[in-house]
Amino acid sequence: MAKRIDVSGLNVYYGDFKAVEDVSMTIEPRSVTAFIGSSGCGKSTFLRTLNRMHEVTQGARVEGKVLLDDLDIYGADVDPVMVRTEVGMVFQKANPFPTMSIYDNVIAGARLNSKRMSKSEADDLVEQSLRGANLWEEVKDRLGKPGAGLSGGQQQRLCIARATAVKPSVLLMDEPCSALDPISTLAIEDLIHQLKENYTIVIVTHNMQQAARVSDRTAFFNLSAPGKPGKLIEMGETNQMFTRPEQKETENYITGRFG
Amino acid sequence: MNTTTTQPSGAGTGSPANEMRRGSLPNHFPAMLLASCAAVVAGILLAFSSFGFLLWGLLTAVAYVVIIATASARVEGGRKAKDRLVTAVVYGCFLVAMLPLVSVLWTVLRNGIVRFDGYFLSVSMSGVLPSMDAGGVYHAIVGTLAITGMATLISVPIGVMTAIYLVEYAEGRLKRIIIFFVDVMTGIPSIVAGLFVVALWMILFGPGETNGAAGAIALSVLMIPVVVRSSEEMLRLVPQDLREASYALGVPKWRTITRVVLPTSAGGLTTGIMLAIARVIGETAPLILTTGSSATAINWNLFDGQMMNLPVFIYSQVRMGGAVNYERAWAAALTLILVVMLLFFLARIIGRMFAPKTR
Repeated sequence: MAKRIDVSGLNVYYGDFKAVEDVSMTIEPRSVTAFIGSSGCGKSTFLRTLNRMHEVTQGARVEGKVLLDDLDIYGADVDPVMVRTEVGMVFQKANPFPTMSIYDNVIAGARLNSKRMSKSEADDLVEQSLRGANLWEEVKDRLGKPGAGLSGGQQQRLCIARATAVKPSVLLMDEPCSALDPISTLAIEDLIHQLKENYTIVIVTHNMQQAARVSDRTAFFNLSAPGKPGKLIEMGETNQMFTRPEQKETENYITGRFG
Repeated sequence: MNTTTTQPSGAGTGSPANEMRRGSLPNHFPAMLLASCAAVVAGILLAFSSFGFLLWGLLTAVAYVVIIATASARVEGGRKAKDRLVTAVVYGCFLVAMLPLVSVLWTVLRNGIVRFDGYFLSVSMSGVLPSMDAGGVYHAIVGTLAITGMATLISVPIGVMTAIYLVEYAEGRLKRIIIFFVDVMTGIPSIVAGLFVVALWMILFGPGETNGAAGAIALSVLMIPVVVRSSEEMLRLVPQDLREASYALGVPKWRTITRVVLPTSAGGLTTGIMLAIARVIGETAPLILTTGSSATAINWNLFDGQMMNLPVFIYSQVRMGGAVNYERAWAAALTLILVVMLLFFLARIIGRMFAPKTR
């Protein structure tokens, strides 16, 4: 189910502005890869190119290659909509659909695409996805209630359940815990540990401890000066990155010394 | 604010703790002051036997504002005095703004109620001479509902789809051009819209052809820009997060729009459409030109002959000038206001049904 991502020579532009320059990396299946780096260094932008979500922004374009196993997702005959069913995404701010119940939110991927599904199939998918997101016990008695009525941490887990319900092979998470309290954060980190059994997970985070706790590999992005494109400085095993980084820049960032 | 002790501002000086203490006027002071101002002003005016409601209200307001500002400045200090002053002025402006509205409603209600009954609502003017004490407004209600209904059916799809295009798809030059022309359309005088349709009908059907459909087209010319602008605002209020959440589930753009964006903004869209209907339902000039002003019988067919409607009914009754005509005009005006209020009531219910819920 989980797939490998191979990126080579990727440049990302917004109009004439080059936001990310020459990134090449391999993201292993059934592992958690963390992207760290200061704000504006292009890590979120780069993350969004992995499921072509950057195309939602006007004028955004990409040069280079992103392989999902053997498929180039930027190939001429590849439909971005299909890419997104394979590569799901969880956002910084929990964004359940306000017009839908908890139940409908979970199966939104199928419902919005008008997939035919029997009642029992739908029930099973909802229960399985909510259990997978460690939310089932908390909401099983109020599945018909609006998703927007849950707490922030529950909403974020609802969004994870919604993302996994379309059965993607990769899950991208863009600072999923930055708006949550420590207990909700712990719940999500535990969940990430379980999810990596089945998915390739990429997580952007500003929290270095979180990167150290959840990830197997870490990539550090930085930009040489404001207005310059962001670059991948170093990528390696998380343990090694946090104890013996190869680049001086990485060490400065991780230890809190800059420049 | 909650303390009722009156204390001169000079009392607490010295330590910083005392600097923070201020005297305050008693809670009931503004109400008492207003009442006594009104009483004193009324007394003075009556003494000079020049009492008038407008003068009374104006002088009371001035006296109240001056006294409360001065009293507050002495007791509570400058910032609170400004607060009191601005509060008084804002309330005053609110009352002034409400005056014409209440006055209009009251006048229409008082004059309209004379003839407003089941008979008036359920019969037409067919076979009724203008000066007879008979006849009603049923044919005009039918016309107003049919013409406005058709105008809505034309304007809402065009308007909402234009708004969707502007918000979700358009970029660059074409977008600016469309927005510019929609703004220009908003400013078209309604009589010009009527003339436009008269000219169009002249070309299509020859001279002298008047029917309900012509009126509906004229109204939709006025209605479309209003629907576009209000729908555009509502669609822009839908958070970008929700669109991205939908895309990230592998949902194509058109389904995201129809299944996420439109339902989320449905309440606002309904309100906007209702406001647009209210904008055109009272239009008179274009309808006189396009639907004729002499129909007296009930006509449900938009494509066959003249069609009476409420605004034109009011206009033509007033033109006739007899006492009974004025009564009919007022009663029809009351009917029109009630129809609009009914529509707004419906809009609120529909809006509430669609509104996103949290529990």
